[in-house]
Amino acid sequence: MSASQASLPKSGGAKPLPDELGHFGPYGGRFVPENLMPALEELHAAYLTAQEDPAFGEELDDLLANYAGRPTPLYEAKNLTRALGGGRIFLKREDLTHTGAHKINNALGQVLLARRMGKKRIIAETGAGQHGVATATVAALMGMKCMVYMGTLDMERQALNVTRMQMLGATVEPVTSGSCSLKDATTQAIRDWVTNVGDTHYIIGSVVGPHPYPMLVRGFQSVIGKEARAQLLEREGKLPKAAVACVGAGSNAIGLFHPLLDDPVDLIGVEAAGHGLDSGEHSASLTAGRPGVLHGSSLYLLQDPNGQIIEAYSMAAGLDYPGVGPEHSHLKDIERATYATVDDKAAVKAFGDLARYEGIIPALESAHALAHLKDLAPRYAKDDIILVCLSGRGDKDVSQVAAYLEKQR
Amino acid sequence: MNPDLREKFAAAAQQGRAAFVPYVTGGFPDADTCLELILALDELGSEVIEVGIPFSDPLADGPTIQLSSQKALEAGATPAKVLDTMARAAAKTKAALVTMTYVNPVLAMGYEEFARRASGSGVSGVIIPDLPPEEAGQWLQACQTHGLDPVFMAAPGTPMERLDRILAVGGGFLYYVSMDGVTGADLELGPERLAAMQRVRARSSLPVAVGFGVATPAQAAALAPVADGVVVGSALVRQVHQAKTPQEAVEAVRGLAGELRQALLVR
Repeated sequence: MSASQASLPKSGGAKPLPDELGHFGPYGGRFVPENLMPALEELHAAYLTAQEDPAFGEELDDLLANYAGRPTPLYEAKNLTRALGGGRIFLKREDLTHTGAHKINNALGQVLLARRMGKKRIIAETGAGQHGVATATVAALMGMKCMVYMGTLDMERQALNVTRMQMLGATVEPVTSGSCSLKDATTQAIRDWVTNVGDTHYIIGSVVGPHPYPMLVRGFQSVIGKEARAQLLEREGKLPKAAVACVGAGSNAIGLFHPLLDDPVDLIGVEAAGHGLDSGEHSASLTAGRPGVLHGSSLYLLQDPNGQIIEAYSMAAGLDYPGVGPEHSHLKDIERATYATVDDKAAVKAFGDLARYEGIIPALESAHALAHLKDLAPRYAKDDIILVCLSGRGDKDVSQVAAYLEKQR
Repeated sequence: MNPDLREKFAAAAQQGRAAFVPYVTGGFPDADTCLELILALDELGSEVIEVGIPFSDPLADGPTIQLSSQKALEAGATPAKVLDTMARAAAKTKAALVTMTYVNPVLAMGYEEFARRASGSGVSGVIIPDLPPEEAGQWLQACQTHGLDPVFMAAPGTPMERLDRILAVGGGFLYYVSMDGVTGADLELGPERLAAMQRVRARSSLPVAVGFGVATPAQAAALAPVADGVVVGSALVRQVHQAKTPQEAVEAVRGLAGELRQALLVR
């Protein structure tokens, strides 16, 4: 990775991706049981007509502004910049949205689509609980029934978010199969959807799943990159040299990257190395996985030689997923984006550093992006701008981090 | 040449029956018992026997088959080992063997290699619920090369134009999913559902086997007049879960399967 790469944008030419069948190069597509096909067609059609309908855009913009609190601030982290040396670090403060993470952008968009389609019931999967909370929130807002699938391991480490979802009127359904985390919650949510496809909309929380999900979640999350781009141009009169985001399945990263794809900007995703890439206990699907099919689309995947999915691990529940969205998989292959890794230990260090340098407690997920700055920032000149997506706030993580630090002592 | 699936359905029809298509999870409870189960199912006159290649994240399956898959994987089942079991079975069975699995284990082996090995193991057809026709180009090619029938599914919500496209590429039989749901869910057979099945069957150029949630001889009997075949999976796998010994499992499956097959007599 060097700043010089930035002069060669490679967005793949004139044809917008995905193609009609939802492919990003060889990735994406629609690998689902036949029962879901009509629902995916319906959702695709609803998304396309909603985009043509000014009333949909106006209602969403109004909710994003007056309910979710957009635009979110773009904050120059001067203390952190000074400490690391190198490029100027700007934080896109998704942690300051209502519910505390970027997940609300997508949840609001999708619940409006669900209402357009006449659905009465919302389901979702969640890892860290941020997407579950966002979904429970918008379901409450729209008066819809809501069920959130969550692995029992995640319910334990994210107990605060479980309570929040319940207070918002959602049912949190514990998932005990497999690794008891995000992958299994997603599988269970898809099974629910197969069973209740008539009256239920499934709000997937990331840029994964069958077409049109990766496209429409990108559409709703792109507000992150669009805003940040405009804010930088207005305030600084220039684009960033680099844009950095953590990557679990990849929604905040796509939201940041997509509006910058055609700009000369280095795009850097940061995957979770967990206990270290060599330990086998990590979530670095792009770095250490290979292409396969999970949860309805083709993407980079952690799997054994027989095609069985390997359980991912990260201390950050929101990164603990064995696949990475099809568009990231494509961006890696065409070398338009690069992907680094950060382990638990470095993420916890960055978590504490941001708290002390800037008075901001980041989500453990976002702390992975921050941790990579130690390597990245010094490679850029002092007036270069490094844009970082601070995807969520860390209240949910403080007891977990405290316990971790206690154990290290 | 492996047994012809269409001929199996035709033979059952000639006897005035819907074909019996039982399912077992490959490698569950272990490879040897699985082989014994297949042989027992053949002996009692199953026309087609479906053997699952376990996958870690079986989207279309309910808890019963999911748990059997998980246990089979823990016991060391792999696609190659399950195909090996099927090859051992095929040497002795009259029934046609099909395998059901998910797309990722097939991809991991490679479409071409999987098709070659399946065909070489006596398998007549392959069902991959998460591989719809629009993603199946390479797979169809591989099936054609190796003389395998690619068996596709249709569901209650499948529009007729889509059904035609599925039928145009599918081989062997059409697997009609009885309801919106996963395998082993509760199936209610109201007149509307049966009428929908009849419409699909009337339109289908392939024999139609109905599956998902069929658990009792009474359900099998209700389906027999509207289907060319009836698939029973979870109800049989449940017998294996409940058995205390492998021998008990084989006897329990033999008992229920025998009753189910009896119930498929139409006239």
